[in-house]
Amino acid sequence: MAAKGEALLETRDLTVNFHTYRGEVKALDHVQISLYPHEVLALVGESGCGKSVTALTILGLLPGNAHVLEGQVLYKGEDMLKKNAEQMREIRAEGIAAIFQDPMTFLNPVLTVGVQLREAFLVQKHLWTARTRDKSATGVEDAQIKGFLLEKETEKESSQRESAREREKVAEELSKDILKLVRIGDPGRILTQYPHELSGGMRQRCMIAMALARRPSIIVADEITTALDVTVQAQILTLLKELRDTIDASSILITHDLSIVAETADRIAVMYAGHVVEVASTIELFRNPLHPYTQLLLKCIPDVRKPVTHLESISGSVPDLIDPPTGCRFHPRCPFAMEVCRTTKPVLKDIGNGHLVHCHLF
Amino acid sequence: MPDEILVVKDLKTWFPIKAGLLQKTVGHVRAVDGVDLEVKKGETFGLVGESGSGKTTLGKSVLRLIKPTAGQVFFDGIEVTKASKRELMQLRRRMQIIFQDPYASLDPRETVGSTLAEPMRIHKLVSSKAEAMKRAKELLLRVGLNEEHLFRFPHEFSGGQRQRIAVARALAVDPDFIILDEPTSFLDVSVQAQVLDLLRQLQKELGLTYVFISHNLSVVQYMSERVGVMYLGKLVEDAERDILYKYPEHPYSYFLMEAIPVPDPEYKKVPKLLSGDVPSPVNIPPGCRFHPRCPYATDKCRSGDIPFYRGSGGTFHRVACHYNVDFDSGSEALRPPVN
Amino acid sequence: MTVQTTVSDTRESETKARIAELKYAIYLTRQNPLVLAGSILVIFFVFIGLTATLLVSPDTASQLVFTQSYCWPSSIFSWTALAAVCPAGTFLPLGTDGFGRSVLDMIVLAIPLDLSIAFVIVAIATAFGLVVGSIAGWIGGKFDELILRITDIFLAFPGLVLALVFAALFGRTIQTLTIAVLLVWWPTYVRLARGQVLVEKEKTYVEALKALGVHPSRIVLFHVIPNSIYPIIVQMSLDIGGVILTFSALMFLGFSPSPVLPELGNLASDGIGHVFTAPWLIVFPGLTILVIALAFNLVGDGIRDILDPRLRR
Repeated sequence: MAAKGEALLETRDLTVNFHTYRGEVKALDHVQISLYPHEVLALVGESGCGKSVTALTILGLLPGNAHVLEGQVLYKGEDMLKKNAEQMREIRAEGIAAIFQDPMTFLNPVLTVGVQLREAFLVQKHLWTARTRDKSATGVEDAQIKGFLLEKETEKESSQRESAREREKVAEELSKDILKLVRIGDPGRILTQYPHELSGGMRQRCMIAMALARRPSIIVADEITTALDVTVQAQILTLLKELRDTIDASSILITHDLSIVAETADRIAVMYAGHVVEVASTIELFRNPLHPYTQLLLKCIPDVRKPVTHLESISGSVPDLIDPPTGCRFHPRCPFAMEVCRTTKPVLKDIGNGHLVHCHLF
Repeated sequence: MPDEILVVKDLKTWFPIKAGLLQKTVGHVRAVDGVDLEVKKGETFGLVGESGSGKTTLGKSVLRLIKPTAGQVFFDGIEVTKASKRELMQLRRRMQIIFQDPYASLDPRETVGSTLAEPMRIHKLVSSKAEAMKRAKELLLRVGLNEEHLFRFPHEFSGGQRQRIAVARALAVDPDFIILDEPTSFLDVSVQAQVLDLLRQLQKELGLTYVFISHNLSVVQYMSERVGVMYLGKLVEDAERDILYKYPEHPYSYFLMEAIPVPDPEYKKVPKLLSGDVPSPVNIPPGCRFHPRCPYATDKCRSGDIPFYRGSGGTFHRVACHYNVDFDSGSEALRPPVN
Repeated sequence: MTVQTTVSDTRESETKARIAELKYAIYLTRQNPLVLAGSILVIFFVFIGLTATLLVSPDTASQLVFTQSYCWPSSIFSWTALAAVCPAGTFLPLGTDGFGRSVLDMIVLAIPLDLSIAFVIVAIATAFGLVVGSIAGWIGGKFDELILRITDIFLAFPGLVLALVFAALFGRTIQTLTIAVLLVWWPTYVRLARGQVLVEKEKTYVEALKALGVHPSRIVLFHVIPNSIYPIIVQMSLDIGGVILTFSALMFLGFSPSPVLPELGNLASDGIGHVFTAPWLIVFPGLTILVIALAFNLVGDGIRDILDPRLRR
């Protein structure tokens, strides 16, 4: 499943620091991530590893005390770090969409879902016309099996929609269609609800719908299942996989949970303390984890099929990024650490077959 | 039976819903709606369920942190639900709780030392400040922290460390029984094992009894001997751990087990997804609460109370379902009625 | 595993922690020069307040020298053509008031009076507000409703009017006027305290304390109130300036107990009738009120940042 070719999005040598009272937090250190078309890339790591910071950098949503020291974020051949706020806003409105962890804090509690969803459509310059292949079927099945063809209007069609009212009407129809796409059975009713009236799973789906309204080519999903129940989580993850096929959007799935990644992702990038330590296809990573951190992490996960009597944990704790360990940042906790690991930083090396490792053992 | 340290009988905890100008009670959120269970001394009873299942409310009702609306709770023979102020004070010493959110369960203005010392002083387990500090230091070492942490504030610690402090605080009063309400859901995987292992170790050393509440089924499997599944305020199945995980008999338990993500990309599984969302405990359907989402429901399931039937997994296996379903083939057979 | 702990061991760790906290407080103050300026000014005014009677003898307030009333030492700059010039040989840097007293001396004498009244009012209002507000917030129910309605009634009156009515009814002494202003001020603190307690009591750590068997009164006194206090502290510092203004306004409106009382508002009201002939009489006392209010205001912002451990780092 190595759908290669041109990378849709690529970060190169991304190095980001945060300025705080106690010093400079070296959050990201030469982070290299590539996202290809038609794939789900998982960005996996624990708290403080920098996965969320990477996402924020890509989206252009870093807080004020962050500085990008070096590196590039290439999207469609252009370095996004060189863009100003207005340009980034446009990109977020139309190309790269984000879904975050807690829909309750990211949905406006005083507006109905319908209003917010319409807004997601109306911020774009041109509206969409939905051409469903099969107009007769109206069920949910239609949306995901036959596929939705949302085509952008041409300049001409767009200028024909003179009144704002007309645009709103179209946006309303599109809202209903998109809710069907995320498997919401009764879209008309949901559009009139407020966020607090919906369950967690529904809210998350509305957020996904809002993200999809931009017909993005990239979806950044930051810990979207952490707050969800396990049955709902299963539904949302299945949805993400479906979207890869029906809308042809690539996703960056950020999570700390390796078990959900096993089912959903095509490729996995493991991060630790601001480094990318290993990148490989999902099957390859689980079959043949090379980096010591990855190996230890995999041992920490309980597997329901084989109940264990002893869960592994990784000794030590995540390093303080204000004064990170020299050389490889994992060396103090690494069972295979050598002298060179303390002095020199390893390089992300390609072992073959797209499997990259950041370790002196290779 | 002398073995049972906790006995819960038909416990109900309802929250009134007030509406209108005069704030009249228009209905109830029936968070816990008739639960019976028993926990033996020294064991870990796992309680699983999703949001709206009532598992957290059940835990807090058992401790009388939330006042139950009806039913009884017995702890070591003492009736918790009717305890006097004095008895309750003693019970508070013997029954403890560890909360889910380590970032909120400690007073941000108190140092770790004073947080640990306070319960000791209240329950008169120490006679001086110095003695309290000494014991606090021992507790910190026991949970894997060290002395200098006594004078720090909670915000200086990571999530895992804060949970350890919470554990130390619970231990400060020398309890017999601890309710663990999702203790590791806010923690990283690599830290989770440390906290869980600490809890298991302490259980062995001190002879503690745990009720482990979680929505993370893998973790519950690791920690518990017996497990109960809750749905919309009632227990739907309860059995020994291995039985429940391998051979769940209630349809809801089955879907729950099916939804657990497996960390193996080559494990080919046709996902048996449950349709719809977890409902809220405000409008509870008649009959079996699960029937609107259950693909095996019949007319019999849509009305009347569902009693506990004997499951096939031994004496402790109870299932609240009229049917014995073969999940692979989809066929179902009516269970013989309970006498 | 028994571990030896000596009292000195723990004391050492304690001192280390305290020093770290102090370092951070200093860092914060340095970060914000305005707060620093405010703090210095506050210290300055408090110092004047404490030493005023040493700098200027209180008798000067009653030494009326009408021959030099409303005069300005002409030296460099003259306010208006109508201003009188002070006699030679006198040291009157800020001019004189209607009674011929040095304006500078009167301001110095007024500062302790104004500051002490402001502190007293704010302290009593806070104490009362904390007690009543916390109980109302914690208990809720009918008592809470009752307290809310009562504060509503008081808040419905324009502050000054309430004070005026009270003063009119009970006469004009410093004590009655203090009470009058206090009446205007207490409802805000009750509301503030109640609001904070309402928020805090839902927090998990409060639940944890209940689970540990800690008595509610102890929870409120030692945990909830200390965590609720930060907005109240900010409000207190803002109010010092506000109280002085209100009190001065009362003097201004003619409720002064005595025309010779050295009080900032009193001095200013004397100046109103002589705006064109002696403008310094309004300007300097007015400026003093302004600077005092500003100084406390700036400090109030900084205090919260320093004291609240939750906002750290």
